[in-house]
Amino acid sequence: MVSTRLLRPPEQVPDVTGYDVEKLREQFPILSREVNGHPLVYLDSANTSQKPRQVLDALSEHYERHNANVARAVHTLGAEATEAYETARVKVADFVGARPDEVVFTKNSSEAINLVAYTFANVTLGGGDPRFRLGPGDEVVISEMEHHSNIVPWQLLCQRTGATLRWFGITDDGRLDLSRLDELVNERTKLVSYVHASNILGTVNPTSVVIERARQVGALVMLDCSQSVPHMPVDVTDLGADFICFTGHKMCGPTGIGVLWGRRDLLEEMPPFLGGGEMIERVDLTGTTFAPPPQRFEAGTPPIAQAVGLGAAVDFLSDIGMDIVRQHERELTGYALEALQTVPGLRIIGPRENTWRGGTISFVLGGGSGSSPAIHPHDVGQVLDASGIAVRVGQHCARPTCVRFGIPATTRASFHVYTTTDEVTALVRGLEQVRKVFD
Amino acid sequence: MQIDALYQEIILDHYKRPKGRGLRDPYEAEVHHVNPTCGDEITLRVHLDEDEKVADVSYEGMGCSISQAAASVMHDLLRGKPLPEALRLHEAFSEMVGSRGQLAPDEELLEDGVAFAGVSKYPSRVKCALLPWMAFKDAAARAAAAAEVDVAVTQKGAVDG
Repeated sequence: MVSTRLLRPPEQVPDVTGYDVEKLREQFPILSREVNGHPLVYLDSANTSQKPRQVLDALSEHYERHNANVARAVHTLGAEATEAYETARVKVADFVGARPDEVVFTKNSSEAINLVAYTFANVTLGGGDPRFRLGPGDEVVISEMEHHSNIVPWQLLCQRTGATLRWFGITDDGRLDLSRLDELVNERTKLVSYVHASNILGTVNPTSVVIERARQVGALVMLDCSQSVPHMPVDVTDLGADFICFTGHKMCGPTGIGVLWGRRDLLEEMPPFLGGGEMIERVDLTGTTFAPPPQRFEAGTPPIAQAVGLGAAVDFLSDIGMDIVRQHERELTGYALEALQTVPGLRIIGPRENTWRGGTISFVLGGGSGSSPAIHPHDVGQVLDASGIAVRVGQHCARPTCVRFGIPATTRASFHVYTTTDEVTALVRGLEQVRKVFD
Repeated sequence: MQIDALYQEIILDHYKRPKGRGLRDPYEAEVHHVNPTCGDEITLRVHLDEDEKVADVSYEGMGCSISQAAASVMHDLLRGKPLPEALRLHEAFSEMVGSRGQLAPDEELLEDGVAFAGVSKYPSRVKCALLPWMAFKDAAARAAAAAEVDVAVTQKGAVDG
């Protein structure tokens, strides 16, 4: 029974023959930079993506021509800024197939996750919709492949409420282990929160089977889409989750802005997270009533220019087409998986097949049975940097995943729509250099 | 190539053939330090003899070449040194790797440790080089406390060049 439920539908393959990555790269000023005397090879997009000219221009044009605070000024600039901010909300909503009033701007994905975690804490403490009430005996389910930002808020919440935190394991080939799905997600489960695309393994996780099970037991589902929304078509209606979050700076937008998407009926039942200006309806010294969502969750002056920049980023990605972005990265990933495995002693941590995975590849060098001693990722990254190659090394804010695979850290190469096969080749050559230094 | 300034032969030698590695008895204090940015870890023991000399620094850990070599060099440097002098070496090493290349290293004092002068130009690696040294400082303080030696007092009377 379980195995048929876990079968994944095939992904559609769009035609990318007309896509010219070199031409696209001209729109990213930073990509023509040199680092340590070499052309920059930027393979750290899962950490943060680079920004195209039109995003940079949108930011400066906003500050140069339309800068004012939003939702309070009657003057022309205030109206323009408000219009720009709300237009960005509409663009972001369209990008993920959502209603604009379901899009809450946050600082980043971490804040979006904390917003939902504090909803549970606040309802538990102050009363409200029972779907958000937690206590001893209740369970929250995450997974072993989460970023710390999707672990720590739930640990804190469970400590405060007495609920129990549980998690899905990871299979040896880096997939979510759903073999105990029915046992892990049960009548006691109030929330399942897990990553759509892993920031360390590159795995793209199935959603419908988990969401279907959560529905059976009446649990809510949150998906951390920080590494999926920037790289593939994501539609909240198709996904069917209750909440998703993602962050602007990983999708060619600016830092300082993230998104919580929530189902409207849930957002309406949720108490405020942060208190302050613009999230209120009426304030008396004896008490306050609150604005409807999404404003209820956007206390204080929001990241206005960043929202405008994110709107421009969404336009940029939409103009390319997210299916093209996905296919470009898929082809690149296929090439990289093959090329990296030609490096002696290199072991990929995560799926080695190019299905249900994204363009984020973690690996370790050496240390396998019968090979040379492991070269620490920090050393790998340092030698690569001397050749202008930027990768991320360390635990990638996912220590439990490293522990699962018995490794202290990994080296991670991650791609985006502007990454080229030449850059992957440069990485492979760089790794040869690394081996020369340490072997 | 610029990278050679960081990965000097001395460092690579200590990394490939570490001195004094392994946890040994006896000891008065054991500490465990981590570098959360890269996952490096070290468990370190300090043994002080009756004359408050560092009779042994033993350690076990995992980490990059810089942190592993630093532990090896530190073991060589500190073993047999009076505690105040060992703490002075800690200070000198910390100053050197924290100087962003501004401080000329004192080879007479730091011996093989001067190989880490290059680290000071790589801010992200300073913590790697310091990991064993910070663990030593912590363990030494605990060992001294266990031996009822007032580190603060001995530290003041420490420097003699």
